[in-house]
Amino acid sequence: MTNVWVFAQESDGAPTSATLELLTKARLLGTVTAFVGGDASAIAGALGEYGATKVYATGDLGGKLPGVAVSAAMKAVIDGGDSPDLIVFPQSYEGRDVVSRLSVKLDRTVLTNNVDVEVNGTTVTVTTPIFGGNVLVTTSFSGAAPYLALFRPKSFVAEPSGGGAPAVVAAPVPELGSTGAAAVTAVHTEETTGPKLDEATIVVSGGRGLGDAEKYTMIEQLAKLLKGAPGASRAIVDAGWVPYSYQVGQTGKVVKPGVYIACGISGATQHMVGMKGSKTIIAINKDKEAPIFGIADLGIVGDVHKVLPKLIEALQARG
Amino acid sequence: MNVIVCVKQIPDPATPGALDPGTNTLKREGKLILDESDSYGVEMALQLVDAAGGGEVSLVSMAPNGEVSGMRTALAMGATKGVLISDPALQGSDALTTAKVLAAAITRIGGADLIIAATESSDGYTGTVPEQIAELLGLPSVTFAKRVTVVGSSLQVDRQTESGYDEVTSPLPALISVTAGVVEPRYPSFKGIMAAKSKPIDTVTAADLGVDPVGWAGAGQTIVNVGQAEARAAGEIIEDDGEGFAKIVAFLENLKVI
Repeated sequence: MTNVWVFAQESDGAPTSATLELLTKARLLGTVTAFVGGDASAIAGALGEYGATKVYATGDLGGKLPGVAVSAAMKAVIDGGDSPDLIVFPQSYEGRDVVSRLSVKLDRTVLTNNVDVEVNGTTVTVTTPIFGGNVLVTTSFSGAAPYLALFRPKSFVAEPSGGGAPAVVAAPVPELGSTGAAAVTAVHTEETTGPKLDEATIVVSGGRGLGDAEKYTMIEQLAKLLKGAPGASRAIVDAGWVPYSYQVGQTGKVVKPGVYIACGISGATQHMVGMKGSKTIIAINKDKEAPIFGIADLGIVGDVHKVLPKLIEALQARG
Repeated sequence: MNVIVCVKQIPDPATPGALDPGTNTLKREGKLILDESDSYGVEMALQLVDAAGGGEVSLVSMAPNGEVSGMRTALAMGATKGVLISDPALQGSDALTTAKVLAAAITRIGGADLIIAATESSDGYTGTVPEQIAELLGLPSVTFAKRVTVVGSSLQVDRQTESGYDEVTSPLPALISVTAGVVEPRYPSFKGIMAAKSKPIDTVTAADLGVDPVGWAGAGQTIVNVGQAEARAAGEIIEDDGEGFAKIVAFLENLKVI
């Protein structure tokens, strides 16, 4: 029986959706242990409902960054004799930091950006999309377990297993020394209204083609009219037009809405991997050679400054 | 203050990527350019050294065929010197081996007050190397830095999070990974480009650094298959004649979302 650990993350008192997706997948592979960097009391029940039969929790990290602290706690449990075959992490900031540190501590490779995993006997194989998702690479781990892998959000569909409350076991963070000296002194949360970008059924995103930052209000207006969430390409986030939390793509959010409307976005690989899984895609772009048209169900070759105002007006007229 | 920046030299992203059919690794032949993601780290380093009133910016890079074009760009921006690890034995190396090689090169330079890397490269985007280097060197680290200042021997960083940002402090020496947009990279001046031609680049092999095993032998992974993803069915692409918006309205109506 494969022993799988899931790095479990919390947001607003509940496990993140990426955590629940990984738990659901992990229980098809073997027995599931959730590893929480922090206090697990609020989420242990939910982790059990999605398949975790045991939960390790470090307890409050006291401002320490998870990369150093949680990887050290994981290493301590493994050294103590409970060594998993596979540890899966959400492809999130914390997931990346923890797995990177752990890979050095265990001297094991990490496979990142995966969308699927298969266990066949002792062979663990993962699938990774490359070149904007046009090509799928499958890779097996070699050498000794534990194997370490990161998975993109929305790679699996979360379903509860009806499991009961798991046993919660303390996995304290050992003394870190100077490596653990970085500390969080203040937390800032950006206020958002409307549906969350990665949960919205409609997403309207804007890119460089909008021309300047003020034009982004058209994206917000259209998103609001459709009861969707506004998103953005990396180009305009880097340019400072909108906050990072709006970014759709490789380094931003992965979205799979029913309808994705890309406005003035050419379709760089970095963007496409974050929205390619949308059920239907509408694209508006001046350049008819733009890669985004290659994946669009409806493509309008035209100027967003002309198309969007008319579209917004038409939707407003419908009330 | 001395800063070391990890820079990657990559194929021009404007040309489509391809896999070597023999090895299934990314093709990295011919001229390589400085990964744009790394230009932010180079700029950040130059600004921090300026603000500290002295010191130098050094580069470490791992690339095939002794390729230095991308490093020359960073030297032209103002970096002082570089170490290039170029060795046919490195082909097939995984991210952990890459981190071991870069960490050894950093040690060869004698370390620094601050190590800077991008959050991930634009071609392989594994995104684990910076934090792996920090662990190998036993340094504290702050990833996804979007604002960085140094006050005395303390680093102050705004670290991007899923929901906003955290203020983080860390003593030096430390490692940070910086997001694009943390600073505006300068364009190399003509003078800078000319000066870069004679700046020293120390070219070494993995063996020189004492890192072993490397390449395929050191990689904890085996590529078993490369296939095409299921393609999306071709859609309807139309030129806007002033009525393009109506097409979208009809499309949304058809989907019953309005």
